[in-house]
Amino acid sequence: MAGFFTSRLFFVSLALVIIAATLPLYVSGYVLGLLTVAFYFGVFAMAWDLLFGFAGEVNFGPTFLIGVGAYTAGILNAQFGWSVYLCIVLGALASVIAGLVLALPALRVRGPYFGLTTLVAVLMLQNFIVVFADLTGGEIGLTIPDVITINAGANYWIALGFMTISAAILYGLSQSPIGLVLQASGQDPVQAGALGFNIVKHKLAAFIVSAFFSGLSGALLVFYFGTASVGTVVDVAVGVNVIVSAVLGGRRTVLGAALGAIFLIVAGEFLRPTGELATFIVSAVALLVVLFFPGGFLGAALSREARS
Amino acid sequence: MRAFQILIDGFAISALYALGATGFTLIFGVSGVLNLSHGAIMVAAAVAAWAAASVLNVGTYAGALIGVGVALLTAFATYFAVVKPIQDSRRIPNEEKEIFVLTGTLLWGIMIQELIAYFFTNNAKTVLPIVEGVVEILGVRTPKNEIFTAIVCCLVIALLWLLVNRTRTGKAVLAASMNPRGVTLLGLELTNIYIVVWAIYGILAGIAGVLLGMFLGVSSYSVGPLTASAFSIVVLGGLGSVSGSLIAAFVVGYLETLTAYLVSPAYRTIPALLLLVFVMYIRPQGLLGRR
Repeated sequence: MAGFFTSRLFFVSLALVIIAATLPLYVSGYVLGLLTVAFYFGVFAMAWDLLFGFAGEVNFGPTFLIGVGAYTAGILNAQFGWSVYLCIVLGALASVIAGLVLALPALRVRGPYFGLTTLVAVLMLQNFIVVFADLTGGEIGLTIPDVITINAGANYWIALGFMTISAAILYGLSQSPIGLVLQASGQDPVQAGALGFNIVKHKLAAFIVSAFFSGLSGALLVFYFGTASVGTVVDVAVGVNVIVSAVLGGRRTVLGAALGAIFLIVAGEFLRPTGELATFIVSAVALLVVLFFPGGFLGAALSREARS
Repeated sequence: MRAFQILIDGFAISALYALGATGFTLIFGVSGVLNLSHGAIMVAAAVAAWAAASVLNVGTYAGALIGVGVALLTAFATYFAVVKPIQDSRRIPNEEKEIFVLTGTLLWGIMIQELIAYFFTNNAKTVLPIVEGVVEILGVRTPKNEIFTAIVCCLVIALLWLLVNRTRTGKAVLAASMNPRGVTLLGLELTNIYIVVWAIYGILAGIAGVLLGMFLGVSSYSVGPLTASAFSIVVLGGLGSVSGSLIAAFVVGYLETLTAYLVSPAYRTIPALLLLVFVMYIRPQGLLGRR
């Protein structure tokens, strides 16, 4: 861990964060808005990477955790008029409870079976939102009266700060002894258990941490958008984007996941002139990366550095 | 009256689900691949059949054949362009190949879906049915097409059963699903078996897709739900167990039809999802799965 503060990765990340922090001084509000969303997405992807890359849990439903956090915060604000910050905290807590619900099957079933359970969780949440339309706004979405701030620069700094802090905590956790035990239990649970590590406890912790950050980010995103809808925080397609981000950036790197998310969202915007082909091109690029650089962006960069 | 209607409609839908899920489970059983581009291949078949019959006017039979052919080609493309490179890759650790195949086929499915949307728009397309008209069975007015769908599904599944259990190739496929290494030791090339399985899969998915296009119609939006329903049927039945998938397909098909008729079409998928979660808790390997 001490080596990290002198490593090249640390200086590059630090430089990137400093450059990113100065952006509001000279780029347009449009670019800032795009990056704000990208940063929240980056936290989704990092939280997912902690579960998949380290705990080895194939979570097809990152949007279950994100959606529960986002909708809890949104509903409490829109229907009960509670203050924004209280709603964000409660959203994150609701997401932690959702994470525990999701962790229950994970302790029983593995691999594709767990993957399907998570997918079903998303579909159930989606059905729930549509059925209880009075409370949730249904398919149209929920309009949220309050926002954190309407200043594009301030929103951008909040998102950047939030992503940086999350990245530091998640990365630190992944490199700590807890991260190593998680990695071991993800790869060979029987052997890790035989070495005397409490796998259940570590896995539960991973779910709680991942859910906390997903929910917090989801709640913040809702108060940035001023609306919560199935299409932005719950739909399976959103979850696919989160997974693709993490795999693109490099799984088991945490920081790479954030890079992947930013790339995905910025690339999608650049390709907007191609119209309906944009998604096709992004998927094709992602597939090529999966096939030829299975380590992802950061994985490829790190292994090159290690070799030289 | 209503009971008969549920019985008949449910049977046609279940048979269609069964056909779609059989190929999916066969590939998993033999090569351990969960193909998440399944829905995209089915939709590609239906859209190709629609385009051939309605735009190029080649007739319904030729259109259906073209649809199945397109599915076969897409299945091969999936295997050779996505699945095989990942399986053969030395840079991907073995224990992570599963998630890479999942991610890869998912992306591939999205690519197919977007291409279909780009060239043929997102509008729902109904393939011209091979048989038209309605008949009355037990007092229920039933489209002949629905009966045709059910019969074709049952016939194809029966043929598949014969192929797997009664021919040499089929027995090799069966053996590969039990023990791939054993098959290799007996001098059979595993890659050839995989190619056969993907061919069977392509034809099954193609027929299911074209029939679905005639029965309910498809659009590029159907891709995700189709993959999800095949996935859940297969997991419910037990991954890799063909007979389990058949049972699960009928359970899900009838449950959905019952809900749609008796409660509300809006809640159609909910009981099946609840059942799935319930089964996963008490019997994680599915109804007939092996661990």
